[in-house]
Amino acid sequence: MKVTRRQFFKVCSAGLGGSSIAMMGFSPTAALAEVRTFKLARATETRNICPYCSVSCGVLIYTTGDRSKNTPGEIIHIEGDPDNPVNRGTLCPKGAGLRDMVQSKDRLKWPEVREAGSNEWKRISWNEAIERIAKHMKADRDKNFVAQNKDGVTVNRWPTLGALASSAASNEAGYLTVKFLRALGVTQLDTQARI
Amino acid sequence: MALQSLDIKQRSATTTPSPQARQTVEIAKLIDVSACIGCKACQVACMEWNDVRDEVGSCAGVYDNPMDLTENSWTVMRYSEVEQNGKLEWLIRKDGCMHCTDPGCLKACPAPGAIIQYSNGIVDFHQENCIGCGYCVTGCPFNVPRISKKDNKAYKCTLCSDRVAVNQAPACAKACPTGAIQFGSKEDMKDYAATRVADLKERGYDKAGLYDPQGVGGTHVMYVLHHADKPALYSNLPENPGVSPMVSLWKGAAKPIAAAALGLVALSSLFHYVMKGPNEVSKEIEKEVEKEDAQ
Amino acid sequence: MTNHWVDLKNADVVWVMGGNPAEAHPCGFKWVIEAKKQRKAKLIVVDPRFNRTAAVADIYAPIRPGTNIAFFGGVINYLLSKDKIHHEYVKHYTNAAFLIDPGYGFADGIFSGYDEAKRSYGSKDTWKYQMGADGFAKIDETLQDPNCVFQLMKQHYARYTPEMVSKVCGTPQDAFLKICELVASTAAANRTLSYLYALGLTEHSNGSQNIRCAAMIQLLLGNMGMAGGGINALRGHANVQGITDMCLYAQVLPGYLSAPTDADKDHETYLGKRTPKTLRPNQMNFPQNFPKWFTSLAKAWYGNAATKDNGFAYDYFPKLGGASDALSIFNDMYLGKMQGFICQGFNPLASLPNKKKVGDALAKLKYMVVIDPLATDTSEFWKPHGEFNEVDPTKIETEVFRLPANLFAETAGSITNSGRVVLWRWKAAEGPGESKDDTEIIAALFLRLKAMYAAEGGAFPEPLRDLTWTYTQPAKPSPEELLKEINGKALADVVDPKDPTKVLVKAGEQLPGFAMLRDDGSTSCGNWIYCGTWSQAGNNTARRDNSDPSGLGQTLNWGFAWPANRRIIYNRASADLQGKPWDPSRTLMKWTGTVWGGNDVPDMRPNAAPEEGVMPFIMAPEGVARLFSRELMTDAPFPEHYEPFESPLDANPMHPGNARAKSNPVARVYKGDMEAFGASKDFPYVGTTYRLTEHFHYWTKFSKINAIVQPEQFVEIGEELAKEKGIKAGDKVKVRSNRGFVKAVAVVTKRIKALDVDGRKVHTIGIPIHFGFKGATKPGFMSNTLTPFVGDANTQTPEFKAFLVNIEKI
Repeated sequence: MKVTRRQFFKVCSAGLGGSSIAMMGFSPTAALAEVRTFKLARATETRNICPYCSVSCGVLIYTTGDRSKNTPGEIIHIEGDPDNPVNRGTLCPKGAGLRDMVQSKDRLKWPEVREAGSNEWKRISWNEAIERIAKHMKADRDKNFVAQNKDGVTVNRWPTLGALASSAASNEAGYLTVKFLRALGVTQLDTQARI
Repeated sequence: MALQSLDIKQRSATTTPSPQARQTVEIAKLIDVSACIGCKACQVACMEWNDVRDEVGSCAGVYDNPMDLTENSWTVMRYSEVEQNGKLEWLIRKDGCMHCTDPGCLKACPAPGAIIQYSNGIVDFHQENCIGCGYCVTGCPFNVPRISKKDNKAYKCTLCSDRVAVNQAPACAKACPTGAIQFGSKEDMKDYAATRVADLKERGYDKAGLYDPQGVGGTHVMYVLHHADKPALYSNLPENPGVSPMVSLWKGAAKPIAAAALGLVALSSLFHYVMKGPNEVSKEIEKEVEKEDAQ
Repeated sequence: MTNHWVDLKNADVVWVMGGNPAEAHPCGFKWVIEAKKQRKAKLIVVDPRFNRTAAVADIYAPIRPGTNIAFFGGVINYLLSKDKIHHEYVKHYTNAAFLIDPGYGFADGIFSGYDEAKRSYGSKDTWKYQMGADGFAKIDETLQDPNCVFQLMKQHYARYTPEMVSKVCGTPQDAFLKICELVASTAAANRTLSYLYALGLTEHSNGSQNIRCAAMIQLLLGNMGMAGGGINALRGHANVQGITDMCLYAQVLPGYLSAPTDADKDHETYLGKRTPKTLRPNQMNFPQNFPKWFTSLAKAWYGNAATKDNGFAYDYFPKLGGASDALSIFNDMYLGKMQGFICQGFNPLASLPNKKKVGDALAKLKYMVVIDPLATDTSEFWKPHGEFNEVDPTKIETEVFRLPANLFAETAGSITNSGRVVLWRWKAAEGPGESKDDTEIIAALFLRLKAMYAAEGGAFPEPLRDLTWTYTQPAKPSPEELLKEINGKALADVVDPKDPTKVLVKAGEQLPGFAMLRDDGSTSCGNWIYCGTWSQAGNNTARRDNSDPSGLGQTLNWGFAWPANRRIIYNRASADLQGKPWDPSRTLMKWTGTVWGGNDVPDMRPNAAPEEGVMPFIMAPEGVARLFSRELMTDAPFPEHYEPFESPLDANPMHPGNARAKSNPVARVYKGDMEAFGASKDFPYVGTTYRLTEHFHYWTKFSKINAIVQPEQFVEIGEELAKEKGIKAGDKVKVRSNRGFVKAVAVVTKRIKALDVDGRKVHTIGIPIHFGFKGATKPGFMSNTLTPFVGDANTQTPEFKAFLVNIEKI
């Protein structure tokens, strides 16, 4: 260890600064430190599954409140579910950051429409959105539905509506979607499974 | 009445000794670099748990991001591509506070109670008491603490002291997908490390070993390295870290001499100086120390 | 996956080629690390890049993108020529002994029966088994007949020498042979290899054949059906498996029931063609139950309107008139043939090939409905976003609706993981603003359309009128009600076929399993493979007993795995002909003397005594696995190497003299897309796209925390190419293909090496996919600006993994 004279002086003056605060009776109680309070105490815990990859890790979602009527829970933290035999509580960088996905600034909050030629979104009600979409669909289907092909075989398809289905939706949502689309005669249907 | 949820071993710049009667189990985090896939789950889990977020940066032509530890990124992955004897290895090291047994930051800190060492081994910063002088940065042999531009206080990994206090593992250790991060008593971690070292040796890594540097009295964050003989391969992990000579000096012999020599006038002006924030002296010392270290 | 995530810990060798699980599936990959730690397993990684999986591998070898079949062919040749196969397994459990039509042949890269004008193999008559007078396929158990699959296979792969592998793939021979040796070590009965793949095998113009190769190798080694074995597709989204099972794609109905096409003019024809005849004596030929599955589906959807007299509402099921897949849909859209488009939780502007074509296609629609939790790039395809999306909204007439959907945390219901385990999730919070569950949104559209048709009439309203919709709140079908419907119930008492006085399931009760399904309309079931998820016992997907008495990670009481809660499929093959486990330390199945027992639900009739000779592959009419795929694939009965459609080579090195055999001779290429392919003189480097561990597709770019850890689009190039081009790490570069360009930051790395291929040097440029003009990450170009609009010949999965680009510093 080598110490130059100049360094020695600087060390002394710096050290004094530290000592001085205590010597002047400054805040001895502040030195009795408590760790940050465990933030999940009494939070509500819900079991769910990470929506990203197909490891489908179990997650525990922590929300504020106790599900009482007037306090809709806010998600404050998400971590791995130790009971899940696959992830055993671990999460990857995507899963460990799920809270920022749920609370993304880009979440959609209400129905919107962008009209032909427009350069902006316009907020509309659910009722208006469903009405306008259903009208489009019905007009299209009524016009383009193919009951029989050119050989006279009954085919009952609607070839002018395409649909791509979500692979993040639940089995139940997927099932209801395919039930609905097939009943309409949709065959131009695909999902992320292919991509 | 208990004054803290974890027993305190020592406090920065505090002359009143902490009670020493209770001895809790010494804990440690073990980072098995040979099982690390550099996925950054630890980085994300750390930010998420501790409610800190850096600004979205940019890509600098490497996988590292953020590029360095910050007041919001208390751990970062460092990637190095190493080619030895025709074999390419991608050595990925999780960097962050090592929670030294002999913590240079605590020794250097002039603010009473700003840095606490708990008897379980965790070295924690208490921002309420921090004066932002930056001595902890100077004192740290691993270059870990960072001063926030927002509040002028020092931040670093707490080893999730809030989780550990309620007997939960640090967020990074719980999240780690491949089990490259393990958490438990220091003794258990050393035992487990020995099994990993044996496995690596069987796979041809003759120099595999545990990184628990004695220059700082051992650490509460340890690494299993495939090349324990060359820690520098892992993004310049120090080979023989020790508490800076500067810090040792003033904590030991220099402090009383200085106090006697300078007197009260100088003291009060210094007090004012220190309270105002990051001070020039510390930066100069830092430079000197770096120069010293480089020699 | 034939096996499941935790089972990876039971492997002795893990081979990853065509995937990057450390980055894409880190929490599943832990079980590979566990195998290394606990079983001293060895990990092999073959990839164009030394990726984060390679970082923890025991052996890594580079490969030129798009040449997997050459590599696999080399491994098959190694196993066959060095006789490193599991003989008993191959002889009895595969079709190695089956005799193939003497007319079958292969010459100069093309199989018998090719029709060049149609770019197709037509009837594939010569790819079939020789049939005996007894109506069964002929076999030669000595495996010596020159027309038996085993001999044909040996002959076919003899050309794939280590020299040829190295010449085509650029893989150094010594690394290739080291891998062969390690792979071959698992031919021993007590050693297994687990094969892991993902889009690195599928996203090629010969993607399906890539996977077949891996399966063939696993069969030769006797690793299918074994704990620690199998072919494990590491799937994409958390519920991509479930959505595939529900069959939200055109070719199939829920439960993989082949959908009717124009060729199936009536109900009888339809069922007849889909109910296969047994090809060998005593085999289960499980697909012969097809009529039960279809009829039960029809009853679930159309209830009392589906009767025996109307072929169980057969006409309510639309018939497929031709190609129907993401590429064909967008090609039709591009040609102006589509009016509307529903886009649910999907970002095709980023995820389909050739972004320009996709954007132009969307601009031709009359209306588009986006159902998504996020403001996706696709929903704003019409909006200018600087150089990242240069469009003129005044010229785009598409009316776009954007409907806010709830995310995982805000909805309950089941999902199915890659290991086929169906798991329930509970709702934690309300969605933001006015967002709704997907089910509510679908219900709203359905109820409105149904009311409109009831009031005004219109084209074929009957299916809408008759669609079962008996949910307690019609506008809010609950996930519980839906899963019960999917599982199915008895509509009348279900009786034992052997003893009609014995009632197995009472009318109205939930069905315990698909064995109870009937083809007479007395059962309903929305998806036969999910039968058992919600039995009379309740919601089996919500089971949370994670005990594991076998120690193999089977956890049979955790959730519910389809089919029949079976965790490892083909598990009968884990025991020898007599029913003794090949490896007693990892017993899955054994014959107890009266029934099959063990640590899994038997993939076999439980009382099928070994002497009955019922073979393990019950879904095949042969009862055995197919090394030779007969006429079932469009492009080849034995996988053959073809170059990617954009190749850096002038010819296929395996067939240098035959231009027809350069690339997959039957892959579909649309007019205009062929012209949009680039040539190696203009685009000399191979581009390949992939994911990074910090992001999930085009989704996490909306999550700030993920944007922090990987904020900006980059491309990866090797040091040698960087030096040639004067590019340093951190420089901005422009990467061009014949379809467009992206600008990105250069990452210069030792991890991508130039390869020596067929006498020339080939550089690879790696292009991560996650970025776009919306989200928290820095706005960037979409990688699919570069990619070619061509897919696998069997599945139409786009060729994202191998195409041609050029690069320059900007």
